Amino acid sequence: MSTTPPADRAGDLAEDLEPTAGLARHQKRNRRRQEDKPYRPVSRSRLVLRRLRTKPNFWIGGVIVLLIVLFALFGDLINVYELNQADPYSFNSPPSAQHYFGTDAIGMDLYASMTEALRMSLLIGFLAAPLATLVAAFLGSLAGYLGGIFETLTNSLINLLLVLPVFYMLMIISPALATPETLPEWLQWIGFMPSWLLLVIAIGLFSWMIMAQIVKNQTKSLKEREYVKAARFMGVGTLAILRRHIIPNVASLLIIDAALGVAMAILAETSLSFFGLGIQAPAVSLGTLLQDGTGAAVSRPWLFVIPAGFLVALLTGVALVGDALRDAIDPTSEVNRA
Amino acid sequence: MPEPLLQVKDLTVTFPSTSGDVRAVRGVDYRVDEGEFLGIVGESGSGKSVSSLAVMGLLPTSARIEGDLRFRGQSLLGMTDRELSALRGDQISMIFQDPLSALTPVYTVGQQIEEALHLHHKGLRADSAHKRAVELLELVGIPGAERRLKAFPHEFSGGMRQRAMIAIAMANDPSLIIADEPTTALDVTIQAQVLEVLQTAKEVTGAAVVLITHDLGVVAGNVDRVAVMYAGKLVETSGVDEIFAAPHMPYTMGLLRSVPNMLTAGEQRLVPLEGRPPNLAKPLVGCPFAERCPAAVDRCRAEEPELEARFGDGRAVACHRAEEIAAGTLRPEDVFPRPEPEQREVAVREDAGPIVAAEGLVRHFPLYRGAVFRRVVGTVKAVDGVDFEVQPGQTLGLVGESGSGKSTTSLELMELVPPQSGSLVVAGKDVSTLDKKSRLALRKDVQIVFQDPMAAVDPRLPVGEIICEPLTVHKVPRQERDRRIGEMLELVGLEPEMADRYPHEFSGGQRQRIGIARALITEPKVLVLDEPVSALDVSVQAGVINLLEDLRDRLGLSYLFVAHDLAIVREIADTIAVMYLGRIVEYGPVAEVYEKARHPYTRALMSAVPVPDPVTERSRRRILLTGDQPSPTEDIPGCNFASRCPLLPLLDEERRGRCHGEDPTPVRHGASRVACHHVDSIDRLDTVDAAPQPSVTP
Repeated sequence: MSTTPPADRAGDLAEDLEPTAGLARHQKRNRRRQEDKPYRPVSRSRLVLRRLRTKPNFWIGGVIVLLIVLFALFGDLINVYELNQADPYSFNSPPSAQHYFGTDAIGMDLYASMTEALRMSLLIGFLAAPLATLVAAFLGSLAGYLGGIFETLTNSLINLLLVLPVFYMLMIISPALATPETLPEWLQWIGFMPSWLLLVIAIGLFSWMIMAQIVKNQTKSLKEREYVKAARFMGVGTLAILRRHIIPNVASLLIIDAALGVAMAILAETSLSFFGLGIQAPAVSLGTLLQDGTGAAVSRPWLFVIPAGFLVALLTGVALVGDALRDAIDPTSEVNRA
Repeated sequence: MPEPLLQVKDLTVTFPSTSGDVRAVRGVDYRVDEGEFLGIVGESGSGKSVSSLAVMGLLPTSARIEGDLRFRGQSLLGMTDRELSALRGDQISMIFQDPLSALTPVYTVGQQIEEALHLHHKGLRADSAHKRAVELLELVGIPGAERRLKAFPHEFSGGMRQRAMIAIAMANDPSLIIADEPTTALDVTIQAQVLEVLQTAKEVTGAAVVLITHDLGVVAGNVDRVAVMYAGKLVETSGVDEIFAAPHMPYTMGLLRSVPNMLTAGEQRLVPLEGRPPNLAKPLVGCPFAERCPAAVDRCRAEEPELEARFGDGRAVACHRAEEIAAGTLRPEDVFPRPEPEQREVAVREDAGPIVAAEGLVRHFPLYRGAVFRRVVGTVKAVDGVDFEVQPGQTLGLVGESGSGKSTTSLELMELVPPQSGSLVVAGKDVSTLDKKSRLALRKDVQIVFQDPMAAVDPRLPVGEIICEPLTVHKVPRQERDRRIGEMLELVGLEPEMADRYPHEFSGGQRQRIGIARALITEPKVLVLDEPVSALDVSVQAGVINLLEDLRDRLGLSYLFVAHDLAIVREIADTIAVMYLGRIVEYGPVAEVYEKARHPYTRALMSAVPVPDPVTERSRRRILLTGDQPSPTEDIPGCNFASRCPLLPLLDEERRGRCHGEDPTPVRHGASRVACHHVDSIDRLDTVDAAPQPSVTP
């Protein structure tokens, strides 16, 4: 499946369940290589990439996500209908040669809507979820590592955001954001941001708290590990310790969180749209399509099944890639599940 | 021959796993006679615990157990759990390794002892159970038994918990006690106490004891017969004297030769037993030890030897070359030759002053109480004014029980922050005068190697990046870094090509070498070694210690070697500092201190260390310390050690008063410094049987 020159080491890592045998083989191969030039160690990032390439999940998931992205970008090239262009001759028509994905009650072409909706949802999902995970990883590990007053502050912020009724707040804020002129001058730039960016930030900023708590607690136990102490005694700075030791060791959690977060963000966008903060008609997103399609699931199944199918495929793809990435970062993954 | 108490025949235990069946025990035969003391020895993973858990019927249900287990003629394998339960705790009882998790935290110790009694004596009245519990607790040497019964396990120290476990084990006068590494988690002074109690338990109940351990010293002094286990099979069984005097199987030889002996260490190098046990999930061909055996011949690799009594002296050996060994043509020193001593040419640096000098170093931790309003309720005096020096090219051994402050002392050196009190000079620089930049520069000179090889290296970093981490701090260019990684790996006896493997692919000993390579890459002057070998199997220890010695001499390093193993300290150190409750009680050249310890604590510590030689071990006088170390939060007037001092009861009233009233300061005696008022009386410990015995009331 993969072509991994110069030495397919990642491949035989997978089969080396028994380290001593692996080392022996390893030495033999390298004795051969030593003759031409001195050995250069490989950095972690290259090792992880190598290992990633050997995971079938990575390729399957990657291809699924790539196909969906390509469809979103170029799918409308082969369609005659445009977004919001109603076809007065076919209302509620099932998928056909004319309307690939069928039409809705007012003759809108679902195929055209789908490409546009996917663009929007992919953008939101792929930006908001990593944003939330990043915030969680950064604040969580920093609070756990530094402790003291910084931890207390972070805890308070997390608890505050957790108890605040987010939707009510957004309800109050969103009319103001819709008319930026009414905002105080130093806040007006927020109102002029494109609505999708606003959505990304709103979703990102309200969904990192629980993960941050988990990361924080993990960090507190990792911090006492001897390799972290060793790094500190070497003089490695706080941020470097977080990046090199803490975050990679909680990466499994973070990756799962980010993968699930994609789904979360896409669905959250739907409810936010309801409050007027998100995507407003005539613009469409996967969320709005699903919302509209739910009612028609029995009578006109294509309106529901097609957007839902795309969502499921997308999430499966993301989950598979996340799974592969997690295994690539965790060197013991093969041993543990072999 | 009388009927054996326990007869194990062809026991095999297999754990199914997705990567193939793990054959943890592969055909073990042994017998335990009434009242016998059997020791089962082996490295971790040899199957010694699994085989005894099988006897107890305590293996997980997924395990497949085959063979024949008979207790007094009854087959144990055919029994239902109910029948086994009637036997367990009554006829057969078990003492586990971890006294912390073996007792239930929510019941008092008394309730747990009484429970053991009630379970097997249905009609027992509460008051007689209570009386028996008091008796048992007194028997295992816990003072104030009546009161202590009401205590919860967390109020007990580790040693006391293990005694309570023994009390529970002997509650119903069992005929077989299985002790699974009962002292591994304990300090050596506590270990001596617990072993003493175990002997008492054996005498009182007349039970046979099976002691499972990896420590040959513990075996030497206690058991009658030894069974050595390797890769799920017994490889040699014999009387304890015979096996130590003349091992007939190369594995036993290697094990015995690799163990440092406190009485003789330091004169010659240790003999490493390289390699590691085979993976039991894979099919084995030939003798499982052949891969590590220097005496292996072709037959060893083709055919697995059976455990056979070949010589008619009660000894059974599983080795194809046992006849040669018995005839004396294949001697242990031929199989495992002692490595040539490396010429000790210490490359002492020009500035010949001490490389580390601490004076009156203090580290106190405030103790807080309360969640909202935190207030200081006391101080933990972890390090309470210690003086020591590390000379260039030399090793200072820092020993003491856990909680004595030895690790805190070494971490204080690593922190390089101004001490709370006293002074600390490292490589000629007073650490209290350092600014941020010079502190970072100084960190190059001081590196550390940690105890636990599993935790000391980041499991998610490739070895190369782990090793060069110190260099990234000092902004060494990539090319240079890569070159140094290879150099360092070779220096510690690994291959440069191993740089892009992950830590989990290495064994404990190899991982410890990785830790050493990381510490050496900045070319430090001082290395702090915080119990660097205590988490390793004995066979691996020797190799790491030899490596450390070589590196010190070749690179002119200085070590601060923190350890609780006095044999290893004698092997590697030049100077020794004995710590007790945050103070150094004795400080002096290794030769002198081991020859003639002047502080009663040092004496007691040394006498508690078991020596892997049954003849010496039996004739040694053991000074047992009573009780446990006091809490470091206590304010003790006078000598810290007075509460446990074995010398104190031998002194007259007036001199005792001095111990309780006046805090001893270190005074020079010979080449050592000793913090004791009565150094002149120390030899009384040899003449009088000072060990206060627990009152035995059978």
